[in-house]
Amino acid sequence: MSGIIYLEDGTIYRGLGFGHTGTSVGEIVFNTSMIGYDEIITDSSSVGQIITMTYPIVGIYGINRSILDTKGLNASGLIIKDLCKDPSNYQSDLSLDAFMKELEIVGVCDIDTRSLTKKIRNIGSVKCIISNEDLSVEDLKKVLDETKLKENFLDECKVEKSHIEGNGVKLALMDFGGSETIIDVLKEKNCDITIFPYDASYEEIAEINPDGIFVGDGPGNPKQAKLAVEVVKRFLDEKKPMFGIDFGHQVIALSQGVDVMKMKYGHRGSNHGMYDANIDQSYIIDQNHGFVVDEKSATDKNFIVTHRNLNDETVEGLKHESLPVFSVQFHPQAQVSFKQTEYLFDQFINICKEGK
Amino acid sequence: MPLNTDLKKVMIIGSGPIIIGQAAEFDYSGTQACKAIREEGIETVLVNSNPATIMTDANMADKVYIEPLTVDTIEKIIAREKPDGLLAGFGGQTALNLAMKLDDEGILDKYNVKLLGMQLDTIKKAEDREEFKNLMMEIDEPVAESIIATKISECEEFVEKNGYPVIIRPAYTMGGTGGGIASNHEELVEICENGMEQSPIGQILLERSVAGWKEIEFEVIRDAKGNSMVICGMENMDAVGVHTGDSIVVAPCQTLAPEEYQMLRTSALKLIDSLGIEGGCNVQYALDPNSKDYIAIEVNPRVSRSSALASKAAGYPIAKIAAKIAIGYNLDELKNYVTKTSSAFTEPTLDYIVAKVPKWPFDKFSKAARGLGTQMKATGEVMSMGRTFESAILKALDSLEGKFIGVFMENIAALPKEELIEKIKMCDDERIFAIAQGIRIGMTIDELNELTMIDNFFLNGIKNIVDVEVRMKNEELGAELLKRAKKIGFSDKEISELTKVDVETIVKLKKENDIDLVYKMVDTCAGEFDAQTPYYYSCYEDEDENEISDKEKIIVLGSGPIRIGQGIEFDYCCVHGLWAINEAGYESIIINNNPETVSTDFDTADKLYFESLYIDNVMSIIEKEKPKGVIVQFGGQTAINLAEKIDKLGVKILGTSFESIDLAEDRGKFGDLLESLDIKAPKGTAVSNLEDAIEVAHDLGYPVIVRPSYVIGGRAMQVVYDDETLERYMTEAVNLSEDHKVLVDKYVMGTEIEVDAICDGEDVLLPGIMEHVERTGVHSGDSITVYPPITLSEEVINKLAESTTKIAKELKTIGLINIQYVYDGKDIYVIEVNPRASRTVPILSKITGVPMVKLAVETMLGHKLKDLGYGTGVRKNKEMYAVKVPVFSTEKLGDVDIYLGPEMKSTGEVLGVDANFDHAVYKGFKASGVKMPASGGMYVSFRDIDKEEGKKLVEEYVALGFKLYGSLGTCEYLRQAGIDCESIKLTKIEEKINKKEIDIIINTPTKGNDKLRRGFRLRRKATEHRIPVFTSIDTAKLFLTAIDINKNSDIVEYKTMNEYFGK
Repeated sequence: MSGIIYLEDGTIYRGLGFGHTGTSVGEIVFNTSMIGYDEIITDSSSVGQIITMTYPIVGIYGINRSILDTKGLNASGLIIKDLCKDPSNYQSDLSLDAFMKELEIVGVCDIDTRSLTKKIRNIGSVKCIISNEDLSVEDLKKVLDETKLKENFLDECKVEKSHIEGNGVKLALMDFGGSETIIDVLKEKNCDITIFPYDASYEEIAEINPDGIFVGDGPGNPKQAKLAVEVVKRFLDEKKPMFGIDFGHQVIALSQGVDVMKMKYGHRGSNHGMYDANIDQSYIIDQNHGFVVDEKSATDKNFIVTHRNLNDETVEGLKHESLPVFSVQFHPQAQVSFKQTEYLFDQFINICKEGK
Repeated sequence: MPLNTDLKKVMIIGSGPIIIGQAAEFDYSGTQACKAIREEGIETVLVNSNPATIMTDANMADKVYIEPLTVDTIEKIIAREKPDGLLAGFGGQTALNLAMKLDDEGILDKYNVKLLGMQLDTIKKAEDREEFKNLMMEIDEPVAESIIATKISECEEFVEKNGYPVIIRPAYTMGGTGGGIASNHEELVEICENGMEQSPIGQILLERSVAGWKEIEFEVIRDAKGNSMVICGMENMDAVGVHTGDSIVVAPCQTLAPEEYQMLRTSALKLIDSLGIEGGCNVQYALDPNSKDYIAIEVNPRVSRSSALASKAAGYPIAKIAAKIAIGYNLDELKNYVTKTSSAFTEPTLDYIVAKVPKWPFDKFSKAARGLGTQMKATGEVMSMGRTFESAILKALDSLEGKFIGVFMENIAALPKEELIEKIKMCDDERIFAIAQGIRIGMTIDELNELTMIDNFFLNGIKNIVDVEVRMKNEELGAELLKRAKKIGFSDKEISELTKVDVETIVKLKKENDIDLVYKMVDTCAGEFDAQTPYYYSCYEDEDENEISDKEKIIVLGSGPIRIGQGIEFDYCCVHGLWAINEAGYESIIINNNPETVSTDFDTADKLYFESLYIDNVMSIIEKEKPKGVIVQFGGQTAINLAEKIDKLGVKILGTSFESIDLAEDRGKFGDLLESLDIKAPKGTAVSNLEDAIEVAHDLGYPVIVRPSYVIGGRAMQVVYDDETLERYMTEAVNLSEDHKVLVDKYVMGTEIEVDAICDGEDVLLPGIMEHVERTGVHSGDSITVYPPITLSEEVINKLAESTTKIAKELKTIGLINIQYVYDGKDIYVIEVNPRASRTVPILSKITGVPMVKLAVETMLGHKLKDLGYGTGVRKNKEMYAVKVPVFSTEKLGDVDIYLGPEMKSTGEVLGVDANFDHAVYKGFKASGVKMPASGGMYVSFRDIDKEEGKKLVEEYVALGFKLYGSLGTCEYLRQAGIDCESIKLTKIEEKINKKEIDIIINTPTKGNDKLRRGFRLRRKATEHRIPVFTSIDTAKLFLTAIDINKNSDIVEYKTMNEYFGK
């Protein structure tokens, strides 16, 4: 089975097909994590993305269903170099190939992924089409041209309102479809959590009278979350304690009139170093984002940059000069930095307690 | 914190001679450290006894001491230099142990020297088994059940409780020296006793065996502020039980799920945090393949072989960054030196897989036990990169320069299944070939996994290779199959041998089907950032990102893995060659595959190809780069062996041409040449049967020297004194045939002389001449060598110069040439001519101040010696002496005889330098680590021909107060001569050794390498107890000088090389 990737600018990469047989259109990105393909393709932040793994051999440890959350939405496609067909790990239930068939993710392997990565670096995360069902280039081009790149996944990723009881602080979590791992940490910390969907109104949330608001994660362009931006603004006007992560970080920034921009090719991986001014330390972080807060407009709006990427010096975290709100662009809940970043959760919980 | 400005002067301690477990990697890391510190404007003082290193070059540090690495020496140097700081984390275990002793003895405090980087309590916590275990328990990290023992009874108690097998590791030793796995009481006692002996503090660790678990290593780095990260995770293909230095290792970790990886990564960072590591550090884990159980095996709080590998694998200069941390910098203040744009505080991410395969000395030591265990046996390693596991491993195997096709080894294919299974189980250096054979005969992956505990991922990789191999044997070679074969990593020659299609057709088929080798950059970031590193590897992919400049280029072929007979000295020559090429205004390009070396550092050459030195790979690079020429004379025999092939393909060889190289190696033609020049060589003939051999031997007269004509170097060479030995040699030692003749040469007894020269085609420059202490018959690499000659008259020296000049000119040498002579008191004879760099080039360059490699490059570029400022002819000797002493690693290799003979056995060397000859001798022996007893017991046993000389020697030892013991025959001879000697049987002598009543042994063997012979057993036993053993009268005689000086060692002074030069 042959596979093909056709980029918006006309570049073609040919390889072999695997996974689900089909064709899909999405935003092409690359991820520099050397492991974690299972989590990456099932991460709801990956929705709408066709992901290139820069590490060439993929699938070695197979798939362990018990640790993956597969109820949500997944990546639209996966591009790799060398597919491992015989997984080797005692916890593996099935191969990546079989798993992708189940999840209907289109795969193409045997691709010069380094070449493709450099291409993305140069032209940015453009629209692309991936197919492994022997379509002609003309057909692919037609489909690509006809399909508009989606930026709004709020409806697709919409969660149901739910409640997790806890004997700690009472939190309202505004979920944009990607907050599962954040919820795990908050549960661990005994928070009483009410999860609201992206379109929850101010009144709905205010009704539970939370001690603080957690602005969660999700895929897509934060500017699409217009209602949430309004809701966040109103709560901040009331000086409600607030902590945002990733998409939530961007929503908080937007609520204060700070600009958020699309990056050329984003930050996707778990190897970047970052300086944390709060504790005067640097550590390695996990991240998956294609938008970034504009520093100038953030400082103009009375935000202090607390976290900074050491490579491109972009903003990775903000704290407001006077309001009880702070936020980070990366994933502080990820294991890679949890030892250093756990304090953010505790700090937030403390602020919530103080405000009680 | 930025740079610590209190530091004005820093002392750096090197790692001394190359031994198994401590090789070229420390020259690489030490050189990086020197450069990193010096570029900050800090004065650097370097001490190292190894003269073959780049780091001891005059331009590497402000002050270079080539002096012994012992506490008293270092103290004297500290006293005169008064450094502000000491850097001990870059010279392996040697430097670390020295730093500990300097501290223990209060020397650091006395002179107010601050230990930089790793602090002593950190080193102690990491290295002392008990403290490490306690710390691990404190921070709640799992370690194996273990005890620290200093007595055998404690070991026995532990085993009673925990059962066999147990792993024994001595504290503070390198490369696992003295360690092992014990499965019964006898082994337990033997290994434990030996381990306690080897440990400088008499301490060993007994540990529950986790053999069969996955062995995972992390190279981590941390600064004083506590910023920390993983540079590279590595996974050993061989499960726990095989020393990591002897394992095939891949990077990054392949078979770990994210949860497992993060679990170990978190543990590693927690561990180095609690140890307070400042700099680079290696942490090793064992992970149960079937659960989340893991244990931390050990921590090395310094840069190491693994960190050199990780640096090259990830493209991250660990030693350089660690040195910056030691002088005050934090990780987040430094830039990534490779990308130059991103931060040094970014975990490298790879977009290729790296395979490291060890190079073992078993081709040299055919009698050595090949089984691999906890004690490292490899002398070097190769590394390769590919986009798949299969291609990386095949490229690494190609780099070994062995006799196999991919994973096919002929002698293994012949094994019956039972023997094959035994071989697979035993785990020796050929296991990967045995596994491949297992697959060929239908063994399943699961079966093989059960036998080897190697993860199925790797076994499946080997199977994928075998599958393609089988297809090539059975199918017609079409484009699809060829593409598959190339992608998986087979060379054209291998494909040709398997498919029976000739190479020309294969090359044509590749061209027609666009199957092209391309080059990818190693950039630490998987392409995320734009990088400018000129560091490349090859693979079969779409895009070639190799940027070919329009500058004129010169390619230097490297020397591959460190092995006995081809060590770090050739890397020295390659590196200097590259520098000289740059200085001459050309772009310098290196092709090499040894991750331990300076030549494969990312900023040594203008461009680095980390590739196998296999002809396909080399030609592919030459075709892309279109260089002005290729230099083959610096990379040892590895590069010389490529000369013919690249010459045939029309590539310009810079320097001495292939015809000349070939002429020097062709016995017949070269003999004629010598004759025409009226230069003598020992007479000899090639024979193909025993009768002829005996006839020739009788014609020449015994003793004769015999060796197979088909191997280069000293392999299987022997001095033979009688028919009986000759008969045994001809029938047992060699496989005779018409194609495989044996050379029988007259053995000329006398003084061996080493001459290195540079020739521009017209003139010849001899920077210096060196003389061997041991008479002919001992390999030049194993003999003590002295500069300048101490016994040769001016007339002889003139003759040597004249002969060298004639030969060099007649051979049309351009560049370096090495000639070995023997002088029998009357005439000089040529015994070997090497039209290339030699082992002595780095030493001679340093002690004469003549930049030999640079001059060689200049001559290759057409410049004339007379214009280069160093003159022609024999250079006037410097007013100083240099004594090169070989260092052996035989303690690590059971079953290897240590007697000196025509086969080289040493792994490294040290140099003693002084204005006074006796002092230089003393320094040489001292640096080699040999014990120098002032008196005590001495055991002698001479073969008949040595008895008379032996007697005279013994008299001198007796005069010093040594009590004499001897073998029956030797004793009788000595008593007759009126010397008191107690004769003892072999069993008794072993007992005496155990009781430490013997301090020196002189034993000239009748026949080496025979395990059943008593002499062999005696020499082994003595080696294990680190008793000086001399198998040559000449060495033992020189040793008297060392003993004498040692009694009054305070008078010995230690100076920088420049001071010796009188600069």
